[in-house]
Amino acid sequence: MASLNLVQILNGLTLAALLFIVASGFTLIFGLLRIVNLAHGALYLFGGYIGYSVTLGTGNFVLGLVASMLFVAFLGLIIDQGLLRFVRGFVLREVLLTLGVAFVLNDIALVIWGGDTFSVQIPAMLRGAVRFAGIYYPTYRLFVLGLGILVFIALWLLLNRTRLGALIRAGVDDAEMVEAMGINIRRVFLATSMLGASLAGLGGTIGGAFLTLYPTADSEILVFSLAIVIIGGSGSLVGAAVGALLVGMLNTIGQVMFPELAYFVIFGPMAAILAFRPLGLFGRA
Amino acid sequence: MDRRQFLKTTGLTVAASAAGTFAAPQILRAAEPIRIGLMAPLSGVVAAGGREIVEGFNMYWEERGKKAAGRAVEVIVEDDAGNPDTALQKARRLVEQAKVDFLFGNLLANTGLAVASYVKGNGVPYFIPVIAADDLTQRNRIKNVIRVAGYTASQMPRPLADWALKQGYKRIATISQDYTFGHEQCAGFAQVFTEGGGQIVAQLWNPLNTADFSPYIGQLGDLKIDAVFAMELGADASRFMKQYSDFGLKGRIPLLGAQNFTDQSVIRTLGEECDGIISSAHFAEGSDNPETQKFVKAYSAKYGKMPSLYGFSHYSGAMWVDQVIEQLKGDISNRDVFIDAVLKSQLTNSPLGRPVRFDDYGNPIYDVYIRKVVKNKDGKYWNVPIETYPAVSQFWTYKPEDYLKNPPFSRDNQGIKK
Repeated sequence: MASLNLVQILNGLTLAALLFIVASGFTLIFGLLRIVNLAHGALYLFGGYIGYSVTLGTGNFVLGLVASMLFVAFLGLIIDQGLLRFVRGFVLREVLLTLGVAFVLNDIALVIWGGDTFSVQIPAMLRGAVRFAGIYYPTYRLFVLGLGILVFIALWLLLNRTRLGALIRAGVDDAEMVEAMGINIRRVFLATSMLGASLAGLGGTIGGAFLTLYPTADSEILVFSLAIVIIGGSGSLVGAAVGALLVGMLNTIGQVMFPELAYFVIFGPMAAILAFRPLGLFGRA
Repeated sequence: MDRRQFLKTTGLTVAASAAGTFAAPQILRAAEPIRIGLMAPLSGVVAAGGREIVEGFNMYWEERGKKAAGRAVEVIVEDDAGNPDTALQKARRLVEQAKVDFLFGNLLANTGLAVASYVKGNGVPYFIPVIAADDLTQRNRIKNVIRVAGYTASQMPRPLADWALKQGYKRIATISQDYTFGHEQCAGFAQVFTEGGGQIVAQLWNPLNTADFSPYIGQLGDLKIDAVFAMELGADASRFMKQYSDFGLKGRIPLLGAQNFTDQSVIRTLGEECDGIISSAHFAEGSDNPETQKFVKAYSAKYGKMPSLYGFSHYSGAMWVDQVIEQLKGDISNRDVFIDAVLKSQLTNSPLGRPVRFDDYGNPIYDVYIRKVVKNKDGKYWNVPIETYPAVSQFWTYKPEDYLKNPPFSRDNQGIKK
């Protein structure tokens, strides 16, 4: 049995940062639209591929990030306005529809990019490892950690300090009441869909640079996101952050200390929370 | 472009086979085509490798004008989806409905084992250029399952272990995907390395499709070792190399790999993180052998990428069987005669540039290269031989009878000498 050290703790934290970026989008959509968006993983992967192609074509990583966010936000718009609009309120149909969208997106990605493994190119200043406290640690992963914290702060400000944020929070609590106040809740739905999707796209490019992009990457990230949302509670930003930290750290601890039980270490606690606190740590009815 | 080409050829093959099935009864027996059922994972995790199986196999028959000993050759391609159930179902369909003369292909060991247990009952010849499970040519031989241009998992890493000892490496850790193919390759390496006086300090096993290798790499960095032996294939291989280099281990601890670790299917999308990795295999696309280079050029011209092990093995496997069909003048109606002829035959003119024959257990004996990943003059990374171990069989230097008395390799039985 190997012991934990600083490197492993940082590994858990950086994975948690990526998972937070992806799961925060998932939890927003889940909380407000009450849709378990099973296409979220596919959006992550598609965004990653877009980010990969744009970064490769232009040689600019930031451009790749922006392009993947915009493109996947646009996909979110199409899914919401073009498909989900017609089955609004029918939970089972909504879930099945998003699952179908996931399959279609994955097959399109397979046609365009093939099944090879790609990794998004990162700028020279983020390559290599930095040395501190007697260890080597990849610069890029520290960047991911920083970005995860930045996204958390930005989302927190958006939700707590802006009108849109207030509407989203109100919508999570009671969408009908918001509508009765004369607010067009559909627009809020749409904005949330696009915001959530763009976070998946951002995660795809960020994650694609160190976890690489390949078919089925989508379902892995989706399963992690589901675990995070169940642990943290749907629609809760703080819940997503705590859930991501738990899942990221447990994943690392599991792989290092109990390699045979790697998945159990994550999903065991998830099952326990489902049984004793069905709404998650920070969820509200 | 290559995908379009692939769809076109597959489409044509499928169309041709459908037409063939309907037209068959009217054609005289002598002129009847030879039907080959090729199974490959064209969807799922290993789809990229599966496509190259079909490419290599079709390329050979196209070069031969789709004929063997004067008889037309029909290749019927089926997708096994990397799933044993699907593979079994497709094998049944090919044999019982499409009436193929023999089966070919599959990529993952579990799909190959499912098909092997099916043909064990009905005697249909089944050729497996990449299914490497040790016991198929060791303790559980099936006469009609033949490794044309194939290899056993533990065969290739042994010369690499010997080479590592010669470099003066004393302490090595292994990391491998946690399934049979990985267990067997690691065991081949660990056995030779420890018997030569080396020490296997740790063995890490990661699940298939590990997105984040950082916990494993963190452990490797702490071990005070001379080298790492890695057995990963597909996306796991790319990710491992990338993260190994990100964590600054590349250049500090030399990286040795199983043959599939630095296969073209992995390194063609990578950059300098794969530079200088040492592996061992019977095929090296960067070999200066003129036959090898001829094949690499032809394959690159046709598909726009250098051949992987999968493409090479199926090209050579098709060639090997074709040479036997020629020798039998196209008559493969007697399966026993056909299988015996294959087992006694020798592969000549292959891209390896030297003849290959089977050992007494139906596994080919190869000259195995120690290969290094370097950049070629086009700026692409490829595997170049730096040393050759002649005539390496699946039994290395052991006597087959003694070797087979030991239990088969597994995760817990790594052949490590204490």
